[in-house]
Amino acid sequence: MDHPLLVSSLRWIVLFPLLGAVINGILGAKIQERFGKNGISVVACTAVGLAFIFALRAFFQLTSLVPEERYLLDTLLRWIHIGALQVDIAFAVDPLSGLMILIVTGIGGLIHLYSIGYMHDDEAYWRFFAYLNLFTAAMLTLVLADNLVLMFVGWEGVGLCSYGLIGFWYKEHANTTAGNKAFIVNRIGDAGFTLGIFIIFWSLFEAGHGTTAVFRDLGPLIHHLEGQMVWGVPAATLAALCLFVGATGKSAQIPLYVWLPDAMAGPTPVSALIHAATMVTAGVYMMARMHFLFSLSPVALGVVATVGALTALVAATIGLAQFDIKKVLAYSTVSQLGYMVLGVGVGAYGAAVFHLMTHAFFKACLFLGSGSVIHAMGDEQDMRKMGGLREKMPLTFWTFLISTIAIAGIPPLAGFFSKDEILWLTFSGGHPLLWLIGFAAAGMTAFYMFRQVFMVFFGENRADEHTKEHLHESPPVMTYPLIVLAVGAVFAGFLGVPPALGGSNILEHWLEPVFAGGHGGGHAAHHHVEVIEYVLMVASVGIAAVGIFLAYLIYYRQSVSAGTFTAVGGGVPYRAVFNKYYVDELYHATAVRGTLAVSWLCSVFDRNVIDFIVNNVAKATGAVGWAVGRFDHYIIDGLVNGLADVIFGIGNRLRQIQTGNLSIYLYVIVGAIAVSQFLPRVGADILVPVVIAFLSLVIVVGIALWLSTRRIQWRLMFTKEGVSELR
Amino acid sequence: MIMDGLLLDIGLRHFLSVSLIVFVLGLYCVLTRKNAIGILLGVELILNSANINYIAFSYFSSGNYDGQVFAIFVIMLAAAEAVIGLAIVLGIYQNFSSIDIEAVDSLQG
Repeated sequence: MDHPLLVSSLRWIVLFPLLGAVINGILGAKIQERFGKNGISVVACTAVGLAFIFALRAFFQLTSLVPEERYLLDTLLRWIHIGALQVDIAFAVDPLSGLMILIVTGIGGLIHLYSIGYMHDDEAYWRFFAYLNLFTAAMLTLVLADNLVLMFVGWEGVGLCSYGLIGFWYKEHANTTAGNKAFIVNRIGDAGFTLGIFIIFWSLFEAGHGTTAVFRDLGPLIHHLEGQMVWGVPAATLAALCLFVGATGKSAQIPLYVWLPDAMAGPTPVSALIHAATMVTAGVYMMARMHFLFSLSPVALGVVATVGALTALVAATIGLAQFDIKKVLAYSTVSQLGYMVLGVGVGAYGAAVFHLMTHAFFKACLFLGSGSVIHAMGDEQDMRKMGGLREKMPLTFWTFLISTIAIAGIPPLAGFFSKDEILWLTFSGGHPLLWLIGFAAAGMTAFYMFRQVFMVFFGENRADEHTKEHLHESPPVMTYPLIVLAVGAVFAGFLGVPPALGGSNILEHWLEPVFAGGHGGGHAAHHHVEVIEYVLMVASVGIAAVGIFLAYLIYYRQSVSAGTFTAVGGGVPYRAVFNKYYVDELYHATAVRGTLAVSWLCSVFDRNVIDFIVNNVAKATGAVGWAVGRFDHYIIDGLVNGLADVIFGIGNRLRQIQTGNLSIYLYVIVGAIAVSQFLPRVGADILVPVVIAFLSLVIVVGIALWLSTRRIQWRLMFTKEGVSELR
Repeated sequence: MIMDGLLLDIGLRHFLSVSLIVFVLGLYCVLTRKNAIGILLGVELILNSANINYIAFSYFSSGNYDGQVFAIFVIMLAAAEAVIGLAIVLGIYQNFSSIDIEAVDSLQG
């Protein structure tokens, strides 16, 4: 695979959604005015549809190649070429990104369709679709980027769109706050990501074997990082951990997961597309992309696996006690992302990507289903006010139920295969404790998801009369995507049936060229089946069944009161879970308050120190200016004016020679003629000094005369009063 | 020839003396008179003293009539000058109601 196949159509996968975003973003308001909302959705859906077609084309081009050569490249532009840094805007498709673009454009396209119905009554219809298309373009950039830097561009782009869409209904203050929170928390992660990029780049450069940001070239180079130290820490570990910080932000892992539940403030299709199916998996995708780096550092992998498992468990426990239909799904998403990260952490990159894909199907379906419910309930999100929606919304119910079974891990639906593969590889990779955590979380997942199903779709309807009357199934444009996604939730799992169940794990083989050579890449190779694998499989199905049964008892039969569980340990655990472990409060008290305190200190410093300095500098400048002004006024002006006055005085004296009296003129003429009769008899050597002496005498006498007649004292020339008096 | 004898006795020096006397009288008149017409009269005296000089030098030197011709020119010029001078005096009188040149000092600096 030294010579990647150059395919120039890859750019259109990104450019079509971008074009749609530009058209709707700039002309959206006018299109909506002239052609109605259909004009907007046609543009947006066509853009994503075309992207999907091109993605399919790329995918089939990929399948037509032998596995080792599956790599398509489309270099769009030379971008940054500085020294050793050579970054192009180039899109690459390999088996991993080929899968991802299908998920993004496929599921994204379905969600676009669904949004036509869901957002139909919204005034800012065009803005929504412009954002949605922009998001798709950014996500595809992230996925298709052939280097870290371009990936980061997409990474930031999806973050920006996420921010814009969480705060889409910006008239509610809580929504904008949620958007800010998501953006700021992601910023922390992004800082880690950039640092990671810099460390990789710089350490490779230091190692002296050339450096690059292109994934394909990084793979063979990355082992040069071994032995490199940055601040006394192995470079590979530090870089991997920095990238992981980025992933915890984007993929909502401990400790940065807090933004995702709040992100549910956005419209439900956004929650489905961005905050369940695609964007939040970017962290997992990125770590899978950089698997060669993570495989270099067992320490980093250990951290990743632990954080993933803990996130899966913590989020699942919080999900047990939530009443907001979308919050449950949000914590469920965090929990499932925890599984994916756990998969990456134990080196099961293929399994992580597998779970990413199946999760995209069933979680998108669940979110869209919840959107359908919310739509029917008149924007009610509290599950305590729902119930009995099964008859009213059969399509929504069935698709929701299928996806719930899938996420709960009941075979043969998708979630079972992917989750179980992660759990099995965790166990077989020598992490029984992490397996146990994931195993417990799986039981909880089954419980809270079926709790949701029972609360929403079974039992009595607890809504008020007005809402009841308006209950209705959603329009086809909303239910068809649900059906397609539910079909995906059923069948996606068959792509990865493990050998133990007689499958061949197609997906694993598909991804093998990407992950080959990695630390965990070999697991697809060991095909020997162990008895313990069956035991664990049965165990996880069993705990899921227990969870479902408990939910059934409590929320359907109501033969067991929920109070028996909430009262455990004096209700302390329940309150902790219900209040999300007070993590938001903790962050508020530390990070937010801390930031505010620092900013207050800065403002005090600014007001008291900086302003003091600035003001006094201003005062000093003013004083100097005043002194210079005085000097200018009295000394410079005094000299200038004084000189002018001297000249004036002399002129004034000489003026008086012109008496206007003819007699005097005649006397002067006659006298001059008389004198001139004598001058030729005097030599020039005497005449010139005599004339000069005479003129000097005239001038001196003139000044003296003037001063004496005016009674001017010299000091008067250097004071304001004196000068004005002179005039 | 009494006349000849007289003429022989009277030389260039006598003419120049008369001319000088007339010139000084004219100059004195110009310098001291307050009356503009008086000044003009003084100027006439000065011109006539010049005429005497012209004729005297002409008579005692070359023997041709260049000096006489000049004298006639000067007389003519004096007539023209008197016309212009009197016109100016008239103008002064119309503006200042006086021909006293002490009163006419608008050009004083």
